[in-house]
Amino acid sequence: MTAAINKRGSILRQLIALLLAGAAVLAVILFFVVQGFARQLAEESQDNILNASVTAILDTAAVQQGELTLDLPYSAFSMLGNLSDDRVFYAVYSDRTFLTGYSDLPQIGTPSPERPLFETVTYQGEDIRIINAARRLVSEGRLVTLTASVAQTRNGQIATLNRISQNAAALGLGFFLLTALMAYLAARSAIGPLQRLAASVSRRGPQDLRPVAAPVPAEMVPLVGALNNFMDRLTISLARSEDFIAEAAHRIRTPLATVRTHAENTLHRVERDENRASLREMIRAIDDSSRAAGQLLDHAMVTFRTDHLEEEEIDLSALAQDMVHRLGPLAELRDISMICNTPAPVVIHGDPILLQNALRNLLDNAIKYSPAEGDIEVSVTASETQAILTVRDSGAGFPVGDITELTKRFARGSNVDGIVGSGLGLTIVDEVTRAHNGALSITNNPKGTGGCVTLALPSPS
Amino acid sequence: MRFLLVEDNEQLARAILDRLSIEGHVVDHAPCLEDATAFIDTTDYDLILLDIMLPDGDGRTFLEQHRRTADATPVIVLTARSEVSDRVGVLDLGADDYITKPFDFSELQARCRAVLRRRGGAARNQVALGDVLFDSLAGTLSIGGQTIHLRNRELRLFEVFAGAPEQIFSKSKLVDRLFSYDDDVSENAIEVYVGRLRRHLSGTRAQIVTVRGLGYRMSIS
Repeated sequence: MTAAINKRGSILRQLIALLLAGAAVLAVILFFVVQGFARQLAEESQDNILNASVTAILDTAAVQQGELTLDLPYSAFSMLGNLSDDRVFYAVYSDRTFLTGYSDLPQIGTPSPERPLFETVTYQGEDIRIINAARRLVSEGRLVTLTASVAQTRNGQIATLNRISQNAAALGLGFFLLTALMAYLAARSAIGPLQRLAASVSRRGPQDLRPVAAPVPAEMVPLVGALNNFMDRLTISLARSEDFIAEAAHRIRTPLATVRTHAENTLHRVERDENRASLREMIRAIDDSSRAAGQLLDHAMVTFRTDHLEEEEIDLSALAQDMVHRLGPLAELRDISMICNTPAPVVIHGDPILLQNALRNLLDNAIKYSPAEGDIEVSVTASETQAILTVRDSGAGFPVGDITELTKRFARGSNVDGIVGSGLGLTIVDEVTRAHNGALSITNNPKGTGGCVTLALPSPS
Repeated sequence: MRFLLVEDNEQLARAILDRLSIEGHVVDHAPCLEDATAFIDTTDYDLILLDIMLPDGDGRTFLEQHRRTADATPVIVLTARSEVSDRVGVLDLGADDYITKPFDFSELQARCRAVLRRRGGAARNQVALGDVLFDSLAGTLSIGGQTIHLRNRELRLFEVFAGAPEQIFSKSKLVDRLFSYDDDVSENAIEVYVGRLRRHLSGTRAQIVTVRGLGYRMSIS
């Protein structure tokens, strides 16, 4: 009955994927920002020390008696040494004349006295940070430009940077994980109302078509509105089909009852054999059509009910006893004795009205096809997994070969000449059995005459 | 016996009244629930035959009300509804039995008999035929302190004879009473049952006599 649902994607997964992607991007940005900031900070602090160092060197420059003197202070290098055990280089030039230090230390541009120049270059196979500062002095009425360079390898800075990078990565990862958790929780809580609605609708019994009354978020109002509207229409259409079936039965059966009773009454009054024969034919035809109409309507109702199966706990034994009792007078008319062999209650889950109808059809058949003064045995037994209901009659049995055909609509056995029937009885039994996930088997009594119909229904575990 | 028939369909009601009269019963007809209540208040009935769909209400409501009063008159519901949709309802509301339209009259009689038997039969169901005491409700013949239980067809056949001693019944009429219309039986099938009754009655003053060419009658000497 349920059509396959065309499923594509998942709101939960989409939401989570989207939020995770956002979190990942944010985490990466965070990592680079922290790392960049740290690098900048480390570079600035190294630059400041280099600046202080070069300033200390230049500060000692003086012109004494026309001679340029320079006294390299220890502190100019010790302050660099404090930073780490990086190597320190320096060079001092006076107007491009090398004075002291490392003569091969690269010169970077021409600094102005106001603004020293900084640069990272490669020297002796190592990255160094170099500062180049200038100072103007007047010596013997001439302007001398004193240039000093101080450089330091960057091992300490790189180590610090690596440490900071690791911490930044850990921070980024932690941020990502926290955000991922929050994303998951947020997504769950966003689709929570949807899941609650789905659960509350699927938990309902098949006959429960009340509108959804629980509060829902604004976004879901159109969906719930449409659902309620749909259930309204379904309720109306279900009620209409039920009413229609009941009304149709009433309209058909009441006039048939009138005709039949009149015909029977007339049969009692008339004497001529040919009139009696035709009246008998008439009554048979009425029986035929009323049984067919009845079975068709029953079949419609059974189909309707199997689509909306209302299951409850039923004692199959009690149901069988009830039906045997109910059909007793009918069997008695033909002096048929019905034996109900139900030693113990057998509880199953099912629709009692459908099961009653199925059993009624089986017993109707058994009574119809049994010879006068025959026996019908109804038994209900239980195995561990199944409840088994068997109806045995003492009639002609089912024609071999027809057995699988009999449950088809309007199919009748090849040996039923002269017995009124619609061919829907076993179809109804079959449909009811299927609706209860049971199995129907139609056999002939191996130990003698008569047919044997068995319903095996699953027991509740 | 006295019946009350509550049925709004005029033609069907007339047909049922007609038939019950043939069987020798007294029947009152109420076409609606209001009339039915009036009848019940003034007369004692052995059995009520109740339709479900009536112009002034639902027969089931009436049934419920009826069951709440002290009146214990048994009710058989005549329903035209599909049994699948209706059956639990009426039995739960206190109907003794129900029968689906259109019905076989012998089925209605069988159900009436079963209901009355369950409710405990009244003494007036016993008929003395010579030295044979016949209880149609219990389905027994008492002969000289001995009780014989009749099978259903024997009982129905005996009822026909006992209802009109000395009247001649043709085989064909007896066949109609005993067999359903879809049983294809020859008239000779009746001989089996007549034979059985004769065995039960042997030595008594009530005898079933063959009237050559016409049928059978019961004679009481």
